[in-house]
Order: sequence, then structure tokens, then C-alpha cells
Amino acid sequence: MNWTAVKSIYIFEMTRFFRTIAQSIISPVLSTSLYFVVFGAAIGSRIDEVEGVSYGAFIVPGLIMLSVITQSISNASFGIYFPKFIGTIFELLSAPINFLEIVLGYVGAAATKALFIGTIILITAFFFVDISIAHPVAMVAFLILTCISFALMGFIIGIWAGNFEQLQLVPLLIVTPLVFLGGSFYSISMLPPVWQVISMFNPVVYLISGFRWAFFDTADVPILTSLLAIGAFTAICLGLIWWIFKTGWRIRE
Amino acid sequence: MPPILDIRGLRKSYDDGFEALKGVDLQIERGEILALLGPNGAGKTTLISTICGITMPSAGTVTAEGHDTVADYRAARSLIGLVPQEINLEPFEKVIKTVQFSRGLFGKPADPAHIEKVLRQLSLWDKKDSQIRALSGGMKRRVLIAKALAHEPRILFLDEPTAGVDVELRKDMWEIVAGLKADGVTIILTTHYIEEAEAIADRIGVIAKGELLLVEEKSALMARMGQKQLEVQLTEPLDAIPEALQSDKLSLSPDGSALIYTYDTRGERTGITQLLSKVAAEGLVLRDVVTRQSSLEDIFVGLVHEDAA
Ligand SMILES: Nc1ncnc2c1ncn2[C@@H]1O[C@H](COP(=O)(O)OP(=O)(O)OP(=O)(O)O)[C@@H](O)[C@H]1O
Ligand SMILES: [Mg+2]
Repeated sequence: MNWTAVKSIYIFEMTRFFRTIAQSIISPVLSTSLYFVVFGAAIGSRIDEVEGVSYGAFIVPGLIMLSVITQSISNASFGIYFPKFIGTIFELLSAPINFLEIVLGYVGAAATKALFIGTIILITAFFFVDISIAHPVAMVAFLILTCISFALMGFIIGIWAGNFEQLQLVPLLIVTPLVFLGGSFYSISMLPPVWQVISMFNPVVYLISGFRWAFFDTADVPILTSLLAIGAFTAICLGLIWWIFKTGWRIRE
Repeated sequence: MPPILDIRGLRKSYDDGFEALKGVDLQIERGEILALLGPNGAGKTTLISTICGITMPSAGTVTAEGHDTVADYRAARSLIGLVPQEINLEPFEKVIKTVQFSRGLFGKPADPAHIEKVLRQLSLWDKKDSQIRALSGGMKRRVLIAKALAHEPRILFLDEPTAGVDVELRKDMWEIVAGLKADGVTIILTTHYIEEAEAIADRIGVIAKGELLLVEEKSALMARMGQKQLEVQLTEPLDAIPEALQSDKLSLSPDGSALIYTYDTRGERTGITQLLSKVAAEGLVLRDVVTRQSSLEDIFVGLVHEDAA
């Protein structure tokens, strides 16, 4: 393993992030605060407790997931698309490094950034609502796993994308709807039965449910199922990335 | 000693089926400067990209110091530095950071002294904290060279290092290349400027349509194919060459003011003495005598045309 290279890529990417640290933090903090004002205070005051938790607190895990998932994907997809776009990818291809090292560097940095932002949102949330975390270790583990798996997915999107529109397309058309319909703002049990069944095909449901369990000890689906789902998702992403590197698809002619 | 870089039967077909390299064989000697000449689209960049791992070869092998560039890519690529034809740099990055990054990518531990040496060598030291976008085109090209040298490669590829570079900077570049050669780096460069190959290369390769047409010592190439011309300028223009001087080696300039004699420098006799005494015997008065060596350019144009014919 060329760990020096992994470290170089990681640091290089993190420097880019810290160069624009203000806007990296302000926008998620602002949007989360708005969610709390709109959903938590305005609408939430008219909603009773959900599964024994005040509505304002209930949406916290979903909000964090929403940001963490979008951030992981956009950081990782942009991180690897950018060198392709401006041509600096030649350096990665001609260096004595393998795919695993490239993935570790880029995905590691993207996941770290998302984790950082997820933590900031959690801190912001403490200013708006009372929350206690039932299973802190599980909460952190879920957060980290989510960051990594969606950064892997973002990496695949970045390799696949041929232009900036495509780079935005998947997050916009697939990920955002899945996250919104994944129970960020409601419990699946609040849906009509048909939609409950349909929701079971949405992988994000398992994530948010598991994450919420770590906070409140209540879940839509069994925690083990959540773990299996996120494990399977990570495995699929890893498999795809392995195939990409094996074939040089969209990278090396 | 075996060649430092050994290219055998190298072929490259792109996804669209276009065959950009049609079986290239080339051995590069340790410490030499090889210049690759060839028209646009000849396959120069493809050859370099295929050696450096940017594209995969369709057939054939390349070894660097005996390490296969595909099977043993870590060892092979560690020896190689690449300065690409296009200026591909991150605009917002600082010069020194991007150079340090390149060294790290190649797995070498940080070495501020080496980075400083490289930046100074390329006159970039006082720009080390500038953002790339604030540099001129020539400086950006030097940043690319600094990045390629950051990991102390033994083999350096320069893909058109002086394209779009002014005369002064081109001379600087030649000096840099000469300095690297003195440090023992083997250099392969591509260029469209024949005088550049003439000025700095030890050997010259000509490539066209994916085939290496020739590789030869520069001096041998010029001697083999080089011919000299002697121009005898006259005070009084002539209408025709006088009977006594008639020869297939002699021609008259279009305005009749000069006799042009073509000869081979390596011949037993050049025939110059004889010519001049005949000229004197004819009573012609000389204004000046000029000699010209045919350049690589003539050779190059001849070769590429021959190939097209
Ligand atoms: N990615 C690609 N896909 C298909 N064909 C390609 C690709 N890259 C290059 N080619 C073709 O391969 C041939 C050789 O291109 P190459 O860039 O190697 O030429 P070159 O000798 O470097 O030319 P130049 O002097 O213009 O830089 C050209 O005909 C080019 O169109
Ligand atoms: Mg080229």
C-alpha cells in the first residue's frame, strides 16, 4: 500500500474543503435552522408527539441524514469529477498507486467532510430542541457508515458523469426523493398501508429508521434489518467500484 | 547495459477502433535525450500516454529498468515523470502545494530541500505561494515540470514542452533540459520545432501515422542525409551556366546572380577547388561565397512526404 499517496490525496482534498470552510458550514447550518423553524416550530406545534418524541426532536435524525447523504454524495462526486474535468487526472493515472488508494483518499476525505457537517448540524439542533441520545455509540457508527457508503456512491457518480449536468442529475432525481420519502419528517407508520409497503423498497428508510433508533430507541424497522441494509448498500458500491477500476471504465482508455 | 526504457511491438487502438500506434519498437539509452518529431496526430502523445499508464496498450510491452509498466506498474511508474502537452493544473492551488502533492502521490516522503531545489532550478521559488491562476502560461508550464520532477524521476517525458513558449523561454527550457541530462535523467521529448531537436537531442525519432519511421543519432542522421550547398554569388548575372562548368551538381539561381553547387561533405573530394578554378578560368568575378547545410527540417519533410507517397 502506498499510504503516503493516500494521505496526500486526503490532505489535498481536505485543504480544498477548509479553504471554503465558512460557506461549507454556513449553508447547512442555515438550512437546518430553517427546517427547525418551519417544521419544528410552525408545523410541529400542531403535531402531537410522534412515537413518544416531540416532533421537533423527532425530525433531528432525519435532518442530519438528509444533509450527510447529500454532502457525502456531492463531495465525493465533485472530488473525483473535478480532476477529470480539468485534466489533472493524468497525474493520478501515471502515479504508482492503485484504485484502492485513490478511493481511500477521495472517499475518506468526502466522508470526513460530511461527518464534520453532520456533527455541526447535531450541535445546531441542540439549540432548538431537547434531545437525548439513547445509544451514542450506535449513533456515531451509523453516521460514519452512512458517510462512507454514500461517499462511495458519490465517487461512482463522479466517475460516471460526463458533464456537470449529469453530476447533478442523480442526486436530484434519485437521492433527494428517496431521502424525503425515507421518513425524514414522519414515521413510516403514519402512512397509508400501501405506501408503507412501497417505502420498504426505499433503502434510505432503513438508514433513517436505524439512526432514529440510536437517538430515541424507537424504529420503523428492526435495527438489525437497518444494519443489513446499509451493509448491503456499501457492499454494492464497493463491488461497482472494484469493477470500475478493474475495467478502467470511464477512466483509462 | 540494457536500455533504460524498452518498448516492444507497442500498439494502441482507441475505443472507436482507430489505431494510433501500429507496433512501435524503441530502445532508449540511459542518460540520453531523445527527440520525437512528427506531424499533428502522428501518435506522439499516445505513445507517451501508453507508456505512462494514462491509456492501456492494446498489444506489446514496455519495461522501465526491467519493470513492466503494466504488470509491475508501481516500480515502473516510480521511475517516470510526465509533463503533459496540455496545461492541466488546479487554478486555485498554490504552486508549492501542488508540487508537494505530486511528490506525495508517488509515495515519496516530504523533502522540502528537494522541492526548493526544483523550484529554484525552474525560477519558480519566488512564486511558490502564488495561486496557479495568477501565473503566466510559461510559468504554468514550468510548474508542470516541477510537479514531474518532484519525485526525482530517472526518466522524464516532455510532451511539447516549448509549444507556445517565446524564444527566450525556449532557450531557458533547453538549458533546464541540459541541466537534467547532466543530473543523469533520461529525457524523451516531443516537438514540432526541428531546430529544437537539432539543438538539444542526442537522438532523433520521426513518427508519422502511428509508426516510427526512423531513430538515429542526430549527427549521423544529419551526416547521412545532410548535403551542403555552396552559393557562388557573381557581380554580373548570367543567362546560362557556361559550357565549361556544366554539371548535374551545379545550378543557376533564378535571377542568374549566383551559381549553386551541391556537394556531399563526406565525399572523397568535394570538387570545390576544381569548381572555383573553373569559375576563375571563365573570368567570372565573385561577389561572395556562402555555404549552407541542409537542416533536419529538409530531412524531416522529405521523410514524412516519402511516407505519404
Ligand atoms: N482518446 C482518443 N480517442 C480516439 N482517438 C484518439 C484519442 N486520442 C488521440 N486519438 C487519435 O490518435 C491519433 C494520434 O493522436 P496523438 O494525440 O497521439 O497525436 P500527436 O502526435 O501527439 O499530435 P500533436 O502533435 O497534435 O500533439 C490522432 O489521430 C488522434 O485523433
Ligand atoms: Mg500530442
